[in-house]
Amino acid sequence: MILIPGRSSKQGTSLNKGKLKEEYKTVTSTLEINSEDMQRLGLENGDKVKLSNDIGQAVVSIKAQKPENLPSGVLFIPYGPHSSQLMEGDTGSSGMPLSKHMEVVIEKWSKRK
Amino acid sequence: MSARKMSDDVVKNEKIVENATCTFCGCVCDDITLTVDVDNKVITQAKDACVLGKAWFLNHVIEDRPIARIDNKEVTLDEAIEEAAKTLVEAKFPIVYGLSDTICEAQRQVVPIVDDISGTIDTTTSVCHGPSGMAFQGVGEPSMTLGEVKNRADLIVYWGGNPAESHPRHFGRYAVTPQGMFTPNGKKDRTVILFDVRKTKSAGVADIFVQLKPGKDFELLWTLRAAVKGKKIPSNIEEITGVSPETIHDLVEKMKNCQYGVLFFGMGLTMTRGRHFNSGALLALAADLNEFTHFVAKPVRGHGNVTGADNVVSWQTGYPFGVNFSRGYPRFNPGEYTTVDTLNRGEADAAMIIASDPASNFPKKAIAHLKSKKCKVISLDTKETHTSEMAHVAIATSTYGINTGGTVYRMDDVPISLRPAFDSPFPGDLEVLTKLRKKVRELVLKKRKKSGKDK
Repeated sequence: MILIPGRSSKQGTSLNKGKLKEEYKTVTSTLEINSEDMQRLGLENGDKVKLSNDIGQAVVSIKAQKPENLPSGVLFIPYGPHSSQLMEGDTGSSGMPLSKHMEVVIEKWSKRK
Repeated sequence: MSARKMSDDVVKNEKIVENATCTFCGCVCDDITLTVDVDNKVITQAKDACVLGKAWFLNHVIEDRPIARIDNKEVTLDEAIEEAAKTLVEAKFPIVYGLSDTICEAQRQVVPIVDDISGTIDTTTSVCHGPSGMAFQGVGEPSMTLGEVKNRADLIVYWGGNPAESHPRHFGRYAVTPQGMFTPNGKKDRTVILFDVRKTKSAGVADIFVQLKPGKDFELLWTLRAAVKGKKIPSNIEEITGVSPETIHDLVEKMKNCQYGVLFFGMGLTMTRGRHFNSGALLALAADLNEFTHFVAKPVRGHGNVTGADNVVSWQTGYPFGVNFSRGYPRFNPGEYTTVDTLNRGEADAAMIIASDPASNFPKKAIAHLKSKKCKVISLDTKETHTSEMAHVAIATSTYGINTGGTVYRMDDVPISLRPAFDSPFPGDLEVLTKLRKKVRELVLKKRKKSGKDK
């Protein structure tokens, strides 16, 4: 799947409170996923999934997004420490890593507590 | 300042700051009215600020933390500056990074420091609109101010961005709903088009939402260019980009027939495959459209003074970011002197990070080098971050626009003055960097004298 990290209102407001605070950690570890993809993978809101690629891995919670808003095969996460774990350092001689187009594998990690 | 009687009989010293400037994002809205609780040094209300601006003003309080630390032990500011200067001067490949959340006056202190230490200066632009900066050099920038947009633009295009969440007042203050000289009916006088791979909250504002396939921005932009020039477009374009030929022709007609068109673009272009080619294609499309009407383009910038950082580094070195001084004169080479690369390759042995937090949002390998013993980190920040937590030297600074005045550049390169709300016990970036510049100069002269290089 393709992971797109980006800004969100909550990410913006919580970083003003402090990046080491719980709110920011929660916001940046919540992944949005197409609800049909979620169903296909046997996942429910609040479950934890492992995202992985050649660079690293991250365990995050999931939240359903309507198929018309987020196409099948595309994931969204407010950027932060978790998305960094999956980001390649090579910048293709541009200075800019591919921060918004990361190919990842998604696996079920644990049920919602 | 007024003394207001509170219902619980506590007298509260209150100050109103009118036309205060919010420096959270590149919109740099300078029409905010702040209510300040002077006794407790806290802003209690930020009228007219957006949700992000309110969070910015209301959460920057005076925190209980030491002004300076060396290896997590509390020290005086002078001791921290002395150690920071020593670290930078002794390093073989020192880098300075960040700078987009501080005033221009502080930014300009940094270039002479980097020159003195034969180091590398880079700003958050390199992981923001750095590729757009490269595209400006290749294609040019059909530019404007946001005032022109407000007063004249009747076709607004957003591409690869979600201002509703990242720049909430961009619509209301500058581009979509404000009533301007030639747009007296606000939104009714404008057509808004949004291009994105996700249907974000910004789609609610758009008259036309174009959902393209991920990573196909360049292909769609180049096809739009072809259509603008009357060339045949590929029959399988919908299969490639997700956008039908009919939609493309309709969009092109709207673009060619508007009075004043604007292409605002976000990091959906710069942070995906193609990077500067994507930005370049968009800028070329805007240039092409000038054969038919007036068309401009502008990146929607993120941090409060990232545009100032581009301007200051440009007028001092000739280049906007990723500038190296190891040969005694400035050299610009993205991919070589940009911070992700110097960290990723493990080259930097000292990194001064100013008002930024690469330890939380850089690629994994770059963060690993920053955290390793091979790289000594110096951090200047208003809040505790992942970067300040692991820094060899950490200096807590006051917040620009809230505690200190100065100049910042809005995303359209318009300089705006700041009106601080209350004093802080923490020093401003300008104070710290001015002292550091002096100390670095002193140590460099000593070093040169010792090695016999300074006659």
